[in-house]
Amino acid sequence: MTAVTDRRQLQQIAARAADARVNVELETEGMTLNIGPQHPATHGTLRIVARLDGEQVIAAEPVAGYMHRGYEKLSEVRTYAQATALMNRIDWLGSFANEVPFILAAERLMDVEAPPRATHIRTILFEMSRIAHLILFLGDMGVQLGAVTPVFFAFRDREFVLNQIEAATGGRFHPYFDRIGGLKDDLPKGWIADTKAVMEKVRTFCDEIEDVLMGAEIFETRTRGIGVIPPDVAQQYGLSGANLRASGVDWDLRRDNCVGLAYPELDWKVWTHPDGDSFARFWVRLQEVRESTKIIDQLCDGLPSGPIMAKVPRIIKVPAGEAWVSTENPLGEMGYYVVSQGDLTPFRVKIRSASFNNVSITPWLLRGVYVPDIITILASLYFILGDIDR
Amino acid sequence: MTGVLSAIELAYWQQTTIRLLAGLVAVLLLTGGVVYLYLFKFVSFMQSRLGPMEAGPYGSLQLLAEVGKWIQKEDISTKDADKFIFGLAPAVVLVSTFLMFVVIPAGPNAVMADLGTGIYYVLAISSLSVIGILMAGWASANKYALMGALRAGGQLIAYELPLVLGVLGVVIQAGSLNLQDIVYAQSNGEIFGISAIGNPYILTQFVAFAIFMIAVQAELTQTPFDMPIAESELVAGYQVEYSGIRFLVYFIAEFATAVGFAAIASTLFLGGWALPASWGFSDTAMHVIGPINVSIKAVFLVGVVFWVRFTFPRFREDQLQRLAWKGLIPLALANIVVTAILKVVF
Repeated sequence: MTAVTDRRQLQQIAARAADARVNVELETEGMTLNIGPQHPATHGTLRIVARLDGEQVIAAEPVAGYMHRGYEKLSEVRTYAQATALMNRIDWLGSFANEVPFILAAERLMDVEAPPRATHIRTILFEMSRIAHLILFLGDMGVQLGAVTPVFFAFRDREFVLNQIEAATGGRFHPYFDRIGGLKDDLPKGWIADTKAVMEKVRTFCDEIEDVLMGAEIFETRTRGIGVIPPDVAQQYGLSGANLRASGVDWDLRRDNCVGLAYPELDWKVWTHPDGDSFARFWVRLQEVRESTKIIDQLCDGLPSGPIMAKVPRIIKVPAGEAWVSTENPLGEMGYYVVSQGDLTPFRVKIRSASFNNVSITPWLLRGVYVPDIITILASLYFILGDIDR
Repeated sequence: MTGVLSAIELAYWQQTTIRLLAGLVAVLLLTGGVVYLYLFKFVSFMQSRLGPMEAGPYGSLQLLAEVGKWIQKEDISTKDADKFIFGLAPAVVLVSTFLMFVVIPAGPNAVMADLGTGIYYVLAISSLSVIGILMAGWASANKYALMGALRAGGQLIAYELPLVLGVLGVVIQAGSLNLQDIVYAQSNGEIFGISAIGNPYILTQFVAFAIFMIAVQAELTQTPFDMPIAESELVAGYQVEYSGIRFLVYFIAEFATAVGFAAIASTLFLGGWALPASWGFSDTAMHVIGPINVSIKAVFLVGVVFWVRFTFPRFREDQLQRLAWKGLIPLALANIVVTAILKVVF
């Protein structure tokens, strides 16, 4: 008999054994536990139907769709500018980052290019929404594991970043600032200096969270080796972003396929972690926040002057054609496939959002884990319901 | 024996009523104070926020507002709930809490029942609450509640042992199960012939003290041992179906138990109500100083519990069982052996 080395096969065998054990060996009965749609660990309305044997999960199935808002269909009856306001609300924590790929796709169809100053400011705001997004993750991971205090630090320091976003765009959560061909406005006076001070605060926060949360032994025992995703499985399920990098796959769209943003000229690093467990996903995101502050510092130093808007007609009719643009959003790869037939509105928009794929791995990942680890794994996969259901 | 009260010649039932009322007021005041001081303010400052500021000066009447809100709420239970047991469970938990206070001494005579086996009684009666919790979990007809209750059952039983074994060290050293005797043994004791601070057992029994406080943390199901009520996964465990006044009862029980265990810890390890005998305070003075003294110590220890609670993430169920069975219990047994040997040697 050859030894089974494939991890998936092993897990399936273990799961079958678990299935068999229920009702036979101890005359026990399994229990179906509905986690969600209303549950504090699901960040909204994700539902996970878990079949349990005691505290162990035999099978788990995510049920999405409780928050489906039909954004793909809605964008077909809205002009590009109006549709941008919808895109804000897909992943509501990193909202500016959602506008960018959509606008870039439209720009590609129109064959316009934003001036360098607009590109740089876009990149700054893009990274700021990443920081605002991931700071919340860093705090929230603590809450999910039972440490209530870090999340208050997270909300406190996220506020500084949101203030800067608000100062530049007028909106804290839904900036709606990106336009085809550039940006709505230039940055306000003194914004650059304030931003650099805020970045300093964010770095302090990262040190603090490393100290307070990651330094706690209980945090390590709860996350190390929990929810391990090997690199090949991660790729097969189409994971992206920090979830993929935490599995050791060195892949970042900002570096590998940067479209329309100012990343190539900057000095920064893509962090990966070989373990692929919950701890690795936390660690990678923590490093990403630090890298983002470095990116923003560099962009603030080297911000080019010039216009913030390219020459585009007042009423935008996008020429017929198809375009696909994806960017490295806070949650992972987010892309828009825009089909235009030369109208005021897109003919069809397909949204590829990161969370949908990131959550699709849960049936594989949750087999055989304990109930508390479901929460750890879901927290470390980090999804936003709006990003799953659109 | 009955001291002050005997001077006024009261009937037994009058004495009992006065004692009960005094005890109730003392417990509820301490509990309310602890909730305001720690749950509202101390924790808020830890988390860089202000906490309640509107109700009363500096938010000090917030608890009354909360209690008022809870009392007004509709009494809800699930359709399949076993209504009788569902209603009885909070009462069982609360009763086991209040019975703890019966033997805690707060002065030379300020003890409701000076039992010869005081500490034994406290540990026995405090473990009754697990029955109330299991009742709540079963009667709620809710899977989360059931899981929470079973986890609580496993955890409370596992941490009873280190609690009892930790206390045994003190009992051996004091040579008595009576809490008054343990207090006197500390205030009259001396360390290598120096009697300036008596002999608070935290100095000799620091291992037992650490074990006791960890076990208390687990008995109170506070983080890092709050797996049974983990709000991010089991929502609130066995409390999930309780609302309104029944939840209030659980709330009072939780914090009153914290005060009770802290009072016991301060009695066992910090000298209780007594000041060192060498300081020369009379019994009459201690009638006044004693309750204040033990309250301050207890409130301080509750603060430690809450400090830990809001600092750490929680253990997983198997990890906390491992800590109890493989860590704390062997350590407590070793402590008993060492204490017994040293007791014989000195």
